[in-house]
Amino acid sequence: MDPVLDIQRLSIRYAGAPAPAVRDVSFTLGRERLGIVGESGSGKSTVGRAIMRLLDTAEITADRMQFEEVDLLNAPERKMLDVRGKRMSMILQDPKFSLNPIQRCGHQIAEAYRTHVRCSKSEARARAIAMLEQVHIRDPERVYDLYPHEVSGGMGQRVMIAMMLLTDPDLVIADEPTSALDVTVRLQVLRILDGLVRDKGIGLIMISHDLNLVRAFCDRVLIMYAGRVVEALDARDLDNAQHPYSRGLLAAQPRIGGTREPLPVLARQDSWLEPLEAQA
Amino acid sequence: MKPIIIDRLSISFGPIRVLHDVSFDVTAGECFGLVGESGSGKSTILRCASMLTDIWDGTVRIGEHDVRKMPVAERCRTVQMVFQDPYGSLHPRHSIRTALDEGLRINGFDDREARLAQAMRDVGLPVEFLDRYPHQLSGGQRQRVAIARALILEPDVLFLDEPTSALDVSVQAEVLNLLVRLQQEKGFTYLMVSHDLAVVDHMCDRFAIMQHGRIVEVLDRDAITGGGATQPYAKQLIDASLEYERAI
Repeated sequence: MDPVLDIQRLSIRYAGAPAPAVRDVSFTLGRERLGIVGESGSGKSTVGRAIMRLLDTAEITADRMQFEEVDLLNAPERKMLDVRGKRMSMILQDPKFSLNPIQRCGHQIAEAYRTHVRCSKSEARARAIAMLEQVHIRDPERVYDLYPHEVSGGMGQRVMIAMMLLTDPDLVIADEPTSALDVTVRLQVLRILDGLVRDKGIGLIMISHDLNLVRAFCDRVLIMYAGRVVEALDARDLDNAQHPYSRGLLAAQPRIGGTREPLPVLARQDSWLEPLEAQA
Repeated sequence: MKPIIIDRLSISFGPIRVLHDVSFDVTAGECFGLVGESGSGKSTILRCASMLTDIWDGTVRIGEHDVRKMPVAERCRTVQMVFQDPYGSLHPRHSIRTALDEGLRINGFDDREARLAQAMRDVGLPVEFLDRYPHQLSGGQRQRVAIARALILEPDVLFLDEPTSALDVSVQAEVLNLLVRLQQEKGFTYLMVSHDLAVVDHMCDRFAIMQHGRIVEVLDRDAITGGGATQPYAKQLIDASLEYERAI
């Protein structure tokens, strides 16, 4: 099967920054779920934004950066306007900030659809309501007319998911989709997203700082440290992670029913800046 | 070591009642957790008990004294608070020395230089960092400064408002270890707000589950894994956390 996304040796340097924020990141994505994990500042969101071509002032170099037939390195912005939001879309962290506060939720969903598909307003409305139903919103007609401040965080994030999946994209980048949500609704939102992504055969990139979340909802995991991928492995093999950084991250997480011993702390080493193969 | 006794604490913001007759006790030297969804009033309890907000009804006693009747200086030397976001809680244009020294100066402490150095050592930061500014420190280091600022006045009680939720897991581990060690060394009473039951389980002896400004249930730490919750919402919250952790 052809990969949806093929990235080879991607490096990104922000304008004015002395060193690149992301170095030599390579991966391919099929119709699968890929997790990118790392601490804040490790460059995981930057990778997501570069794929969406949202970093217009940063210097982006790569051997190859291909989304289906689109060459993301050289595609003109006109082409990107057509691709972005229609064939690849992005779910952001906090619905409080990523939804427009002065437009009704449903209107925003319909607008996203009408930007990419020629149709009447009533058809867009019908589609938006059907999509709201798919993200398990019980009374979609009512929620359609609510403003973002009138819905809860979990519902806002489902509105966001509905908006992003309505155009049937091939690639969805979810940047910390549930970190702003309470634990009682987190799983529900993740399961809805997971179900839709599987049913529709979408390629998903899940960016998260939470190794455990990625283990449950992804097929493969990239672990990033200081702008590099230090380890790439199948999610089910996460317990056997080899890299000391990956192991350190797993161990540092407090567990319910844990021993209450002092938590193991990462002892950072400069050698982690090299990829694993190079050290061997 | 001083206990905290909160009795029928209520507060309204305009027409909205945010806390409804909240009562609980924290024994001296204990770490007590407050858990609940966002908007359930956890942080408001800390803000009331530390008199950052003073329009509430009810009584809060720390040790022998009613917080309302304590003189400001005495209150500040008894209770200190560590806030959620170390990026927001340190003045960006004050050096660490200024931030830590201010409390010492106001409260007329002697031997300030030695106390500054000791506070830095207590939280595991090099003493040279006193002359840095917050933007020259990482998130974890900043949170250590915020903790140093709280403990430099030698309080008996620390209020911790989601002290690690803005930090990465790797850094969270360091800060949690620090808080545990300080409690053992100095016998603090902690009142800690968190939305993460795993953190509460790691740190606290007992915790209260809150919903809509009311305490649903006060539980021992063992109740999380032992299924000791009796109220429906408490069960729901614990089950959701356990499920999240097992799913995962």
